[in-house]
Amino acid sequence: MKAAVIVFPGSNCDRDAAVALEAATGRPPAMVWHGDAELPASDLIVLPGGFSYGDYLRSGAMAAHSPVMREVIKRAKAGTPVLGICNGFQVLTETRLLPGVLMRNATLRFICKDVHLRVERADSRFTRGYAKGDVVTFPIAHKDGNYFADVETLQRLEGEDRIAFRYCDRGGELTPDANPNGSRNYIAGILNETGTVLGLMPHPERLADPALGGTDGAKMFKGLVESLAA
Amino acid sequence: MKARITITLKPGVLDPQGKAIEGALHALGFGSAGNVRQGKYFEVEVAETDPARARAEVERMCKELLANTIIENYAYELEAA
Repeated sequence: MKAAVIVFPGSNCDRDAAVALEAATGRPPAMVWHGDAELPASDLIVLPGGFSYGDYLRSGAMAAHSPVMREVIKRAKAGTPVLGICNGFQVLTETRLLPGVLMRNATLRFICKDVHLRVERADSRFTRGYAKGDVVTFPIAHKDGNYFADVETLQRLEGEDRIAFRYCDRGGELTPDANPNGSRNYIAGILNETGTVLGLMPHPERLADPALGGTDGAKMFKGLVESLAA
Repeated sequence: MKARITITLKPGVLDPQGKAIEGALHALGFGSAGNVRQGKYFEVEVAETDPARARAEVERMCKELLANTIIENYAYELEAA
């Protein structure tokens, strides 16, 4: 499986993503600079976490218009799986590949901690390593992770079963205290209509090796490799 | 021409920064302050002399980049530079 990681000025999780991908695929991903108009043939495109363009204007807004993104959007629309983590999720909403927007955390604070997530969809390419209802631990590290969409969009996401992960407590319950950033409907990650684009604020690549204190994130990359090899 | 562009949050979109600013105004004794909303302001020089063409350019700038129309409204004024 050939993966590509897009690197923007200000990305800071690109190498973490590359390590997790290499562990799962056995080969290093292509690292593609944002200014490149060419993107190698890829089975998976990853938009990593970080603070692309210093979060100028709005998180992800500038990156969404960088040269390489025109090609990423084209590939995503043609069905190539795209995974956006944290800033990558923000970029995906700014390109409108995913609906909604990530607003400033309700607390106005940058939050860096491990959170519990409930797996809502285990049948997508990204989540087949989990079972529906699993409670997993991923770290979050963001100030703009407060998922917002209008009521119609939220109803559509719920109705089409496109919410992949929700913030929850240790037991899998959705409680206000378990929602770190004020996201509507406890949304931590969503899929596009075809299930080929996933955006999520938490970082699977940061808990993908026992040396990091957990491996819940590794299942996402392993599952992706299995699904793309199938 | 010169465009003065204002971006504001749509009514109903929660604005935690505006709320915090409102709290700070109250703490300073400005009890009259209410419903504070934070927005953005841009000045852009547009290399167009025809107002209709300049307006069309600014519209596109707002829609494609300056505002996220999911949560924000935009308004602008044009004047001869």
